[in-house]
Amino acid sequence: MQEHDMSWVRTEMALAQPAPPTERGAYAWVRKNLIGSVGDTILTVLGIAIVLWVLPQVINWAFINAVWTGPDRTVCTTASQGGIQPDGWTGACWAFVNAKFGQFMFGTYPVEERWRPILVAILFVALLVPMLIPRVPRKGLNALLLFVALPIVAFFLLVGGVFGLPHVETPRWGGLLVTLSLSFVGIAVSLPMGIVLALGRRSKMPIIKWLCVVFIETVRGIPLITVLFFASVMLPLFLPEGVSFDKYLRALIGVSLFAAAYMAEVIRGGLQAIPKGQYEGADSLGLGYWQKMGLIVLPQALKLVIPGIVNTFIGMLKDTSLVLIISMFDLLGVVKQNFADPNWATPQTPKSGLIFAAFVFWLLCFGMSRYSMYTERRLDTGYKR
Amino acid sequence: MASQEILREEPSRGSFINDPRIRSLFFQTLVVILLFSSIWWIIHNVIENLQRLHIASGFGFLRSRAGFDISDTPIAYTSDSTYFRALVVGLLNTIIVAVAGIVLATIVGFAIGIGRLSQNWLIRKICTVYVEIFRNIPPLLVIFFWYSGVLAVLPPPRESIHLPFGSFLNQRGFYLPRAVWGDGSWLIGVALLLAIAMAWFVAHRARQRQRATGQQFPVFWTSVALIVGLPVLAYLASGMPLTFDFPKQSTFNLTGGFWVKPEFLSLLLALSFYTAAFIAEIVRAGIRGVSKGQSEAAGALGLRSGPILRLVVIPQAMRIVIPPLTSQYLNLTKNSSLAIAIGYPDLTATAGTVLNQTGQAVEGVFIMMIAYLVLSLVTSFVMNIVNARMALVER
Repeated sequence: MQEHDMSWVRTEMALAQPAPPTERGAYAWVRKNLIGSVGDTILTVLGIAIVLWVLPQVINWAFINAVWTGPDRTVCTTASQGGIQPDGWTGACWAFVNAKFGQFMFGTYPVEERWRPILVAILFVALLVPMLIPRVPRKGLNALLLFVALPIVAFFLLVGGVFGLPHVETPRWGGLLVTLSLSFVGIAVSLPMGIVLALGRRSKMPIIKWLCVVFIETVRGIPLITVLFFASVMLPLFLPEGVSFDKYLRALIGVSLFAAAYMAEVIRGGLQAIPKGQYEGADSLGLGYWQKMGLIVLPQALKLVIPGIVNTFIGMLKDTSLVLIISMFDLLGVVKQNFADPNWATPQTPKSGLIFAAFVFWLLCFGMSRYSMYTERRLDTGYKR
Repeated sequence: MASQEILREEPSRGSFINDPRIRSLFFQTLVVILLFSSIWWIIHNVIENLQRLHIASGFGFLRSRAGFDISDTPIAYTSDSTYFRALVVGLLNTIIVAVAGIVLATIVGFAIGIGRLSQNWLIRKICTVYVEIFRNIPPLLVIFFWYSGVLAVLPPPRESIHLPFGSFLNQRGFYLPRAVWGDGSWLIGVALLLAIAMAWFVAHRARQRQRATGQQFPVFWTSVALIVGLPVLAYLASGMPLTFDFPKQSTFNLTGGFWVKPEFLSLLLALSFYTAAFIAEIVRAGIRGVSKGQSEAAGALGLRSGPILRLVVIPQAMRIVIPPLTSQYLNLTKNSSLAIAIGYPDLTATAGTVLNQTGQAVEGVFIMMIAYLVLSLVTSFVMNIVNARMALVER
């Protein structure tokens, strides 16, 4: 009788079975994400209805029926309004944006001098791009060029009056030029100011602490328009007779003060998140106050609050549009000013111009927020769980 | 002991320049001197400038005749009223648009925020697109979009768009039926107040009973029945005093009804749609901040998904949500000052007019700052009370 061993050990892995058909492929995805339950199905139907209702209208308006080029308002108006389009036509009037593009970018900056802002923009991009790519070396030199050399060069290029360049007064600046220059200088001023205010608020000297608290809380409690009013009507009263500020400079002061107060609160959050041991460690090494802050605390604190800082920058870029209320013309201001041009007054003009401005703002802000998310992931070295 | 003797001795310092106390005193004195001298210099300049420009100072101008008209007046106002009354009208308009905006933004924001966490892919994507669009464009642009892009190109009054409940929409604004309260309608108000008090009492007793015996009582439906039922009964009992004044179409315009002006409408829509995008992100972060173990534990205890959300997740999420929500409410209130761009007479717009007419810039800006600071403080105070009720009770 042959001995039969009942024990059996499997030596090879069983072949993996494919998941059941209901759990894989497009069908499973649809079942899980779109028709999981009765309520879900109703929501999906509702969502599809919204998309089908909105999307064709938007595409029709913005692309299919849109007018891209044209000399004046007739191309964007229907026959009954005195134009060439059939009655009942609605579509975007990109011809308006096309015709006014130079103004939207530079305001009333003299046409023959527009190479100057363009040159500044090229320099800015050439310095900004290597700054944003982490692998490119010499960040210190790059930052020095971007934040110190470029503003000086840009100032002389844009304002002129030296080296044979004709002088261009700031009231002639406008459009994207004002939006970007105001926000860039505002960022460059408000970040150090915010750091100083945040340090002051956490200072042990009572007078300095309370001065910072009063400044930060007052500015955060009032709208930017009030700050701009303050800068545009009260600053001239504060100065002795004969001394006067440029309107652009006044707006710049208002925007920077406003952003600095918000920046200070963001940075204070970072300072509070640094463990006490870091401060004590720096003290025990014999570092002075500025060494302790500059070498130990701030590098860690600023890294923690990068998202908050970028959010403040985004807020600032959006807030520059408010200078239109003290009659300066940034991108939004110029677009709005051009609605009044009788040569282009059509029912579609405001919508088209505003959507163009919205698109430009959106690109800038969305780009900034995405870059900050990328940096956040890259710098997330310590506190990973 | 010798070592303790050494410790008790004043630590020797190289010089008093390095003493932190003396240094701090020195820097603070320096700051105070600098501050006061610059304030003195500014005041000196202001007085000189005002004298040179022949501008009066002080708040006496508040009692003189305003001489300008205001389009939206919640209280009686004519151009013969005082500057003070004009500023009060402006303040009331700011409060009206801020409160309406906060309510609308909260509703839209919570809906979008919960939608971003939905199981449903399509709803999730639609809500994400909404948030990413509105977060990244300036609020002023949204206001202009509604005002000159959408509302200004609506049909003229003769071709008004008819909406349900006898309301109309045209380029002059939104016309709603207006409630006309007849004699005896005070009874309805009294009934409503009574119903709210009774509902509160029922809820209180039900909570006590549940704590003592564990028995539950359908508080929600009882309250609904009380709050809806009692006023309806009062309405019937007092002989149906409430009628509606519907807007009627005449040759050139609509007459009667309640007229919402396009300025108010576009400001309200823009502020609430813009702020809703931020509130949605706060709500999403709050709900995601409640750890998954909480809802799993609740599920293990046998709760269904509705009660899990209502009793376990939302109370904890609200703790995370309320502080940033407060700052969004403050932002909305401050952003309502953008009304000046489209001519809605809020506080900033009226104060700006007063400032231009009288030339008293210092007083005008001061009034604006104080008013907004007070509004912000009141909002934070209310939200702090809500926050204190929601906060974690540590035992």
